[in-house]
Amino acid sequence: MEMNVTRRTVLRGAGSLGALSALIMAGVLKPTAAYAADWNKAAFEAKDTAGALKGLGAATTADSNDLMLKVPDIAENGAVVPVDVISKIPNTSSIAILVEKNPQPLCAQFDFANGAVAEVSARLKMGQTSLVKAIAKADGKFYTAQKEVKVTVGGCGG
Amino acid sequence: MADPMKIRAQMKGDVAEVRILMGHAMETGQRKDAAGKAIPAHFIQSMTVDVGGKRVVDGQIGTSVSRNPVFGFKVKGAKAGDKVVVSWVDNKGDKRTDEAAVA
Repeated sequence: MEMNVTRRTVLRGAGSLGALSALIMAGVLKPTAAYAADWNKAAFEAKDTAGALKGLGAATTADSNDLMLKVPDIAENGAVVPVDVISKIPNTSSIAILVEKNPQPLCAQFDFANGAVAEVSARLKMGQTSLVKAIAKADGKFYTAQKEVKVTVGGCGG
Repeated sequence: MADPMKIRAQMKGDVAEVRILMGHAMETGQRKDAAGKAIPAHFIQSMTVDVGGKRVVDGQIGTSVSRNPVFGFKVKGAKAGDKVVVSWVDNKGDKRTDEAAVA
């Protein structure tokens, strides 16, 4: 069963993204390679925000004013868009960042423990003007905040 | 082997601010080279930060993170001299671990 799921993913990948599928294929052929065993493939390879949220287990989310998302209004360079996410929600255990219109919206997801403050700064690629979404998980519930960033030069083309 | 990371960890009050710069191409798999051939995806998939021997951040990363990723975290309860250990693993199995001390 497990194998079948992987196979199906590979086949799906082959249809849409040749390069990616080749990569996954290499992974399938070399299962012993030191991959990040816990990498949430379903969420990261989801092609839309809904799929990514589902992969994160965050099908239902609530807006929260205690979740702050700092992004520039206009990004001159979509290849490097600085993002700060700060969660004041008590017991925030995890923060995820998504760019809605990227080919694979989920950018990153961080779990915090042992005194780590529920905040993170990162730099993202953005292919085009899009909403940027932060998702915080606290006590098993998911909260969101979002903001639009206008991109004048994309970071995903070539 | 990938380039060494740059890690800076500094106490600000009772919080240690950790900033990490990783040298990585973070190739998305969406780009094409001059000949029109797709460039295979090559990106960091997971990263961890340990401070003072404790795992503080366990992160997963996708292709939407910029080339040469920079991350900033804050850790309460850390103190000057604590060892900061950062590791990452990419989708090809390359990995890198670097250390610094909280200043």
